[in-house]
Amino acid sequence: MMKRLAYSVADGAVVAKRNVIKIKRVPDVLVWVLMSPIMFVLLFAYVFGGAIDPGGGINYREFLIAGIFTQTVVFGATFTGAGMAEDMQKGIIDRFRSLPMSRSAVLVGRTVSDVIYNVLSVAIMALTGLIIGWAIRGTFVDAVTAFALLLLFSYAFSWVMAYVGLLVPSPDVINNASFMVIMPLTFVSNAFVPIDTFPGPLQRFAEWNPVSAVTQASRQLFGNLPDLTGVDAAVLQAQGVRIPTPSDAWSMQHPVAYSLIWVVIILAVFVPLSVRQYKRTARR
Amino acid sequence: MNDEVIRARGLVKHYGSIRALDGLDLAVPRGTVLALLGPNGAGKTTAVRILTTLLEADAGSAAVAGIDIRTNPKRVRERIGLSGQYAAVDEYLTGYENLDMIGRLYRLGRQRSRSRARELLERFGLREAGDRPVRTYSGGMRRRLDLAGALVAQPDVLFLDEPTTGLDPRGRTDMWDVIRELIRGGTTLLLTTQYMEEADRLADNIVVIDCGRAIAEGTADALKTQVGGERIDVTVETMADLPRADAILAELAAGEVLVNEHARSLTAPVSGGAITLIRALRRLDAAEVRVLDVGLRRPTLDDVFLALTGHFAEPAADETGGDRLQ
Repeated sequence: MMKRLAYSVADGAVVAKRNVIKIKRVPDVLVWVLMSPIMFVLLFAYVFGGAIDPGGGINYREFLIAGIFTQTVVFGATFTGAGMAEDMQKGIIDRFRSLPMSRSAVLVGRTVSDVIYNVLSVAIMALTGLIIGWAIRGTFVDAVTAFALLLLFSYAFSWVMAYVGLLVPSPDVINNASFMVIMPLTFVSNAFVPIDTFPGPLQRFAEWNPVSAVTQASRQLFGNLPDLTGVDAAVLQAQGVRIPTPSDAWSMQHPVAYSLIWVVIILAVFVPLSVRQYKRTARR
Repeated sequence: MNDEVIRARGLVKHYGSIRALDGLDLAVPRGTVLALLGPNGAGKTTAVRILTTLLEADAGSAAVAGIDIRTNPKRVRERIGLSGQYAAVDEYLTGYENLDMIGRLYRLGRQRSRSRARELLERFGLREAGDRPVRTYSGGMRRRLDLAGALVAQPDVLFLDEPTTGLDPRGRTDMWDVIRELIRGGTTLLLTTQYMEEADRLADNIVVIDCGRAIAEGTADALKTQVGGERIDVTVETMADLPRADAILAELAAGEVLVNEHARSLTAPVSGGAITLIRALRRLDAAEVRVLDVGLRRPTLDDVFLALTGHFAEPAADETGGDRLQ
């Protein structure tokens, strides 16, 4: 078991290195990966921003950035799916199959190398955010924890899309397939609008949605949530400030723990599922 | 030690309702070359994919290097090298990076992977191109790199699936030279091809395969003998010449003379080789038959194939797709 894990990591690293070389040789993809989060930041901040009030006197742009972070890393998983689907069509996969390498290595390599996309896009977004009025108000350690949580969640989620990538017949299908999964997850969440503005059933979904949890955790760690302790809500309300109703769902009270639970569940389900599907596809 | 490096019994594989393999038996003794010869869709690629553990057979058994492919596929992979008709190399990596990666995945270690990569590039005439991305390679260079990839771990058994399909004549001859050198080095090789000439040149033993089944087996010479000896082909200038030429050749022929009126050509099985050819030409000349073309032909494996299957081993319109159903 330990030996298998070690081989999986070692072979995965070799495959990841191959993917990184490709990123370097075909940097066009990277440009698009980095452009889209900037687009989203600007779109939401300046187009919808005026119409959405996060409440508690918080600036919408400050509220928004953590949501965009989560949305972007979730969307980033699409690249993993597309990359996987593309790999399966290429001649090189026959070579991989005929080698005595770990059967999970192609998946491990793909998901690991795609972390690069996420690290870069989070970095670009953070810069964009800081320019338009986002601020990190928490401690340094909290901020690092927030980034780590985002990347951890994105890594886990990339296994979901890797699995989808193995199921689809060609990389072209991936964008539509992922859209079906990712759109409801990111939009029925607190990523772009405060959670107390959803109607009843959607609010329940949003509260327990892992995307909300990761967003909430990031906001908490970056210090982007309204601090209403010791403030007279009535006075604020009199000043015309909307007071958000805090969610009492456990997931929203303990967003870091709840996010980590999701990371574990996703990995526990989708790693074995994907490896099995890889073997099956490989032996067809 | 088991002397048969590849041994397969009754391999069966279906793709839906298509029976790609229909009880194929194979045996390849150590240090020999077996050619699986057949047209597209005959089941050659399917056979190779099963023997190299890329595909599971529906029925039958096989052992490669003495290891059962069904129960121990991973150990089989440690002992084999595969080079397919679709060059299994990464386009974006350089030739060197491709070979180094394969070495690492065979777990040769960093040092050995690197030195082996350089050594193979040198050997396959890719030293100059070694640090260029494969995207820039010609078809022949890709195939050579792919073959080099199959040799990284110095496998006991090598599988080459249509190594020259799609190559230009120059690329084909180069590839043959490379393969012949491997054979001289004592590699056990299973090779699939739809080119009779290729099987003739490279293989010790040939299995002719059609519709997933072996329909003949033997050395190139034995197979040729099976369809008979040499013959004379004559093409005449006008239709009017045909009957006279037919009569003359019939006197000399060892069997029935075939007349193709459309092409104005005649084929006569003969014995006696060049002597008979000269005699035939003298008589044709004396009878004032205007001959456009004449030749003494030894049987090719195409003739063998035609005789065995009733159809030519011509590549189908779909050059390569037939065997690979995904």
